[in-house]
Amino acid sequence: MLKFPIYLDYSATTPIDPRVVEAMIPYLSEHFGNPASRSHAYGWEAEKAVELARADVAALVNADPKEIVWTSGATESDNLAIKGAAQFYQSKGKHIITLKTEHKAVLDTCRELERQGFEVTYLDVQEDGLLNLDAFRAALRDDTTVVSVMMVNNEVGVVQPIEEIGEICRERGIIFHVDAAQATGKVEIDLQKLKVDLMSFSAHKTYGPKGIGALYVRRKPRVRLIAQMHGGGHERGMRSGTLAAHQIVGMGVAFRLAREEMATENERIGLLRDKLMNGLTDIEATYVNGDIAKRVPHNLNISFAYVEGESLIMAIKEVAVSSGSACTSASLEPSYVLRALGRNDELAHSSIRFSIGRFTTEEEVDFTIDLLHRKISKLRELSPLWEMVQDGVDLNTVQWAAH
Amino acid sequence: MAYSEKVLDHYENPRNVGAFGKDEAGVGTGMVGAPACGDVMKLQIKVNGQGVIEDAKFKTYGCGSAIASSSLVTEWVKGKSLDEALDIKNTAIAEELALPPVKIHCSILAEDAIKAAVADYRKHQEAKGE
Repeated sequence: MLKFPIYLDYSATTPIDPRVVEAMIPYLSEHFGNPASRSHAYGWEAEKAVELARADVAALVNADPKEIVWTSGATESDNLAIKGAAQFYQSKGKHIITLKTEHKAVLDTCRELERQGFEVTYLDVQEDGLLNLDAFRAALRDDTTVVSVMMVNNEVGVVQPIEEIGEICRERGIIFHVDAAQATGKVEIDLQKLKVDLMSFSAHKTYGPKGIGALYVRRKPRVRLIAQMHGGGHERGMRSGTLAAHQIVGMGVAFRLAREEMATENERIGLLRDKLMNGLTDIEATYVNGDIAKRVPHNLNISFAYVEGESLIMAIKEVAVSSGSACTSASLEPSYVLRALGRNDELAHSSIRFSIGRFTTEEEVDFTIDLLHRKISKLRELSPLWEMVQDGVDLNTVQWAAH
Repeated sequence: MAYSEKVLDHYENPRNVGAFGKDEAGVGTGMVGAPACGDVMKLQIKVNGQGVIEDAKFKTYGCGSAIASSSLVTEWVKGKSLDEALDIKNTAIAEELALPPVKIHCSILAEDAIKAAVADYRKHQEAKGE
């Protein structure tokens, strides 16, 4: 039995795995202690659970548990990493490099640093969504102190060349931050191998609860940060605030499950995504956004030409997906990520991000393919642009009465 | 975004979708908007010998409100004289469909489409008269 709307928006958030929920509940009731309470069993019990979770998070990315700092989520981790490092190392320089396709948590943090007197270079990506390493090398300066590049893009799912960027940064003594919110459980991350100094994680993109995340802070060579949250000196002074033990336990179990099940899960999800992709690219005038090979198996971002994004979302309300157009939020803004990939406004507007996950079934994918076929054809029947293209008109030669 | 019942009705069951032949007698075609702005409306009217719009057809590339506005307009112009059709104001369209403020431009575009279709019809008539 299909349950509607079919959830194909796993990159927005994931449901908490029932095994995670089960592990969390005792820490909301009988094991309610404050992990910082050193004087009694309630505190010791909570602290033990927190440290177990820290080890599980570290294990997924092959790091030392001592390198994991709890935060409220990837947004906070990005803020702490970029502001914290830029401010700590500002005597060495005040230049930061990032990409135009980064998440807003990185871009807005960089904007804030610009207001504080830092200089930021926002690099273009190639048409496939990937960073060109030569362009990256050319952007480096003597006063560059921090580089921030996401591992997996949230909209198009492409995987950036983190290993290569890391080598370049380490060679020049530049702090390298990676937002891995969309990467955990989807691609292998080995921090013994990758020359990454700071890495942001989120629990809720990987079947854990919302409101909890972590920042990896490398110990060898040691990376220093200026704290952005002051208080009781928790997390070795890097992030004060009472630890949310139940959330942390949830993140720990979620990341342990990701480590144990990633290989088989990605294979299954990849097959479903390919089925969806083949089923949809069957439709005339469709374009897959972003490189297909260097991409997580969960993501399919596709533009349907000659239909408008918002009416498309309306037409396919039986599936829960994300639109590449922000016009539903009152402003008619096409996705800045798709624009950075060189897509024109129309194709950016008519793009849909399908993201597949742990609980997606083949039946759901089949239904989605059929639904899209029916609705795209209906909307194109309605579309004067489609009619003109069928009549052999080149839309680029038309003089539009802009409004 | 929450759409009104009427917008949803027109969106789900658009009235008078289609096109008249380009060279059919008595047809006026109005195309307004631009793909880059997210809306293009094509409205066609078919005018009889008495100067009354006896049929109308549309195609729209745009959001649900744009589709609903143009669908509604095809219903409203039928049976009207050209001058009566030109009297249809965007505020009436917006009111009928209960469009939210961010969607008022859809009703303005629909009003523009009527004007463009009537102007195109009149241009053809003048050309014939010469």
